[in-house]
Amino acid sequence: MDVLVVGAGPAGLAAAAGLASAGAGAVEVLERESAPGGALRYLRSPGPGLPLGGPGYARWLTTAALRAGAVLRTGVSATGWADLPDTGAGPGPGAVETTGPGGLERITARAVVLATGARERPRSARLVPGTRPAGVLTTGELLRSVELFGQRVGERAVVVGGGPVARRAVLALRRSGTEVAAVVAEEAVGGWRRSAGGLGGPVPLLRGARVTGLAGRGRLSGVAVAGPDGRTAVLGCDTVVFTGDWVPDQVLARYGGVVLDPGTGGPAVDAGFRTSAPGVFAVGNTLHAVERAPSAAAEGRAVAGPVLDFLRGGGPWPAGPVPVRVAGPLRWAVPNLLVPGAAAPDAVRLRALRPLPRPVVVEVRQDGRLLARHRLRSPLGPDRSASLPGGWVDRVDPAGGPVRIAVR
Amino acid sequence: MVVVGAGVVGAAIARELARHPLRIAVLDAAEDVGEGSSKANTAILHTGFDAVPGTLEARLVREGHRLLTAYAAETGIPVEPVGALLVAWDGTQLAALPALAAKAEANGHRTTRLIDADELYTREPHLGPGALGALEVPGESLICPWTTVLAYAVQAVRAGVDLHLNCRLEGVTEDVSGTGTVHELLSSRGRLRTRYLVNAAGLYTDEVDRLLGYRDFTVTPRRGQLLVFDAFARSLVRHILLPVPTALGKGVLVAPTVHGKVLLGPTAEDLDPSEKTATGSTQEGTARLREQGARILPELVAEEVTAVYAGLRAATGQEDYRITAHPGRRCVTVGGIRSTGLTASLAIARHVAGLLADTGLDLDPGAVRPLPPVRMPNLGEAFPRPYADARLIAADPAYGTVVCHCERVTLGEIRDALASELPPVSPGGLLRRTRALAGRCQGFACGAAVRALLEGAAR
Repeated sequence: MDVLVVGAGPAGLAAAAGLASAGAGAVEVLERESAPGGALRYLRSPGPGLPLGGPGYARWLTTAALRAGAVLRTGVSATGWADLPDTGAGPGPGAVETTGPGGLERITARAVVLATGARERPRSARLVPGTRPAGVLTTGELLRSVELFGQRVGERAVVVGGGPVARRAVLALRRSGTEVAAVVAEEAVGGWRRSAGGLGGPVPLLRGARVTGLAGRGRLSGVAVAGPDGRTAVLGCDTVVFTGDWVPDQVLARYGGVVLDPGTGGPAVDAGFRTSAPGVFAVGNTLHAVERAPSAAAEGRAVAGPVLDFLRGGGPWPAGPVPVRVAGPLRWAVPNLLVPGAAAPDAVRLRALRPLPRPVVVEVRQDGRLLARHRLRSPLGPDRSASLPGGWVDRVDPAGGPVRIAVR
Repeated sequence: MVVVGAGVVGAAIARELARHPLRIAVLDAAEDVGEGSSKANTAILHTGFDAVPGTLEARLVREGHRLLTAYAAETGIPVEPVGALLVAWDGTQLAALPALAAKAEANGHRTTRLIDADELYTREPHLGPGALGALEVPGESLICPWTTVLAYAVQAVRAGVDLHLNCRLEGVTEDVSGTGTVHELLSSRGRLRTRYLVNAAGLYTDEVDRLLGYRDFTVTPRRGQLLVFDAFARSLVRHILLPVPTALGKGVLVAPTVHGKVLLGPTAEDLDPSEKTATGSTQEGTARLREQGARILPELVAEEVTAVYAGLRAATGQEDYRITAHPGRRCVTVGGIRSTGLTASLAIARHVAGLLADTGLDLDPGAVRPLPPVRMPNLGEAFPRPYADARLIAADPAYGTVVCHCERVTLGEIRDALASELPPVSPGGLLRRTRALAGRCQGFACGAAVRALLEGAAR
């Protein structure tokens, strides 16, 4: 095997297509679910970045990968690594251990591309107090239930979160016959009124409110909510959907000792999607939770070049890259490793913890030295990235400390 | 013979009595076995080193530890004998360790040992700074509480015990017309007559006792909130890290679980006797636990919390069990089983059988039959699991089809649980039988598929 891609979402499928058509040799994509597409499978209705809906896009990406000659295997889970190389100097990645209906395998590849995607943080990780009834979901579970299994999750639901995923949740709930009692949004992004038509009517939005507890034994009976004025109320419902709060699914990376970025929580990568582990690349939303599917696919296509370079013996694996760190209210930057001498990133993508009022001016410094000051063109927030052009990267001192990006 | 309560104690009693040629029924108001405190505890198989010497609890915990260790090996209940360290964080706690060692000795545990800070940090390198020493207690073990109740219940059912779930006891009358008293039980599912009655209703023991006309004690629930940390935290801790109890209070423990995660807790909050369903977590409770956990194991709190739960201990105002036979009425009350019920369950069951015999129940040793064997599905990380078992997958590919990716639970295991003699009726029930949905994503990836399997089985 030349390249093993783990995950057949948009990033993994695009990577496989790009690699196979570029002549990378034997390229195989593993998918733990029964069908390829990742999140595209259940993003059925058109939405931002998906004018034709997800399933059609998934089919297109899958066909492209297969036509290019990649092998796709579904229902196979990557569970860990065997024969891990010494960090830094190893000849390549270790073997990936898998489980599937066909048995256990150890797949050895010259390069591994991690494209394991992202997930939402559930109620438990958010430490929402209260009882533990049934009827507590994330958007991922809701959309799968409605779109893949035709299930109706409940009678009356509260949606937690105000981002674009919350709108998807509202739509899926209403289409499957569940009343939306309220959308509880501590920080709602705009556009709710505008999108009401597409969501099947006005949405009862509680802006500035937050969920303070769940009630009910057996089944959820209500959600306690505190308003911006501190007043509390209990909203009767049998279902609550926690939306957003995405985190990279980095389990396989972590088992392999791949260094994670403190901002994204996913594998730290350089402009060529190289992780800290030789021969191991990472693309898509495992790097940054979350970008839209076309953006993840673009990363998949872009990883082909660096992987081919590596397979053709294009120099040693970068050692001692300079990390990129962000300061609040910024949340993360990708890529977050800079390799002096290697191809510089055209831009660094930035995400913030909360919506930032324009204009946003960021400063890039290394050891106190100002490398760049830049006014971002696009708005920045928890659900929207902005691009910081990378013209300053060649001024980074390879022997210096971390590059720090902060809002001025 | 009727046992009221299908928690770990009631199920153990039913299993013990099932050796004898009796007609036995177990009643529980809940939809599944082990739905009360039996599912929400610290999942530790205690040695009883810190029990009050001379109490019934001390004796039954010591016996129960031995009995359950053997039973677990026989039935496949996962147990990990990791041992405990009582960590002293200040001079008062350090000074309290020798007395605890002496108490352990009085309870028959002679293997405890004081260790200094250097050895402590060698053995627990991720421990937070400031620990002064510890008392090592070998034998304290991790156990799967869910599998334990299920093993008892499955074995009892296989031996012919009738298990009535969703069956709330609503009244008891006595029929004294025949030879000796017969209890007439009125339940939410109909009437039942029995000569002998065991009250093992856990938090509701006092209420069942009142139906029988006894007012010996009141159960005051003491809530214990616990946090479960993601499997990535498991490598941070090797032993059960127990607090040193002092006059200023009892701290919290950090313990691995057999499911490969890490527990932090419990809180100890005395509730009102009416709050027997107050199993919710609170913001103050979890915040305080995280504060305490950050001191014990600083890296722990950086990991994701996969579950927050609260169990209620059945406190009765007496620091011992309240197991009482009422010979004239042919009934036994099994009350006040607080934190050690899981450990002591098999010994409690033997003790209760003895008390029943004293009240006249015919437990002729000559008529004892062996219990049908049970082998439970393994939920323990330290033992082979189906997803990693090449031979099992070759024989049945369903064991290679992973449904719950976080916990690596396969279609074969879920199918087996749904087809078992005690099938789950809720996602929680399936979780306790397979670990499905118990991981870091809490159903983001597999919740819909699991629900489809459950609903398919229900049809």
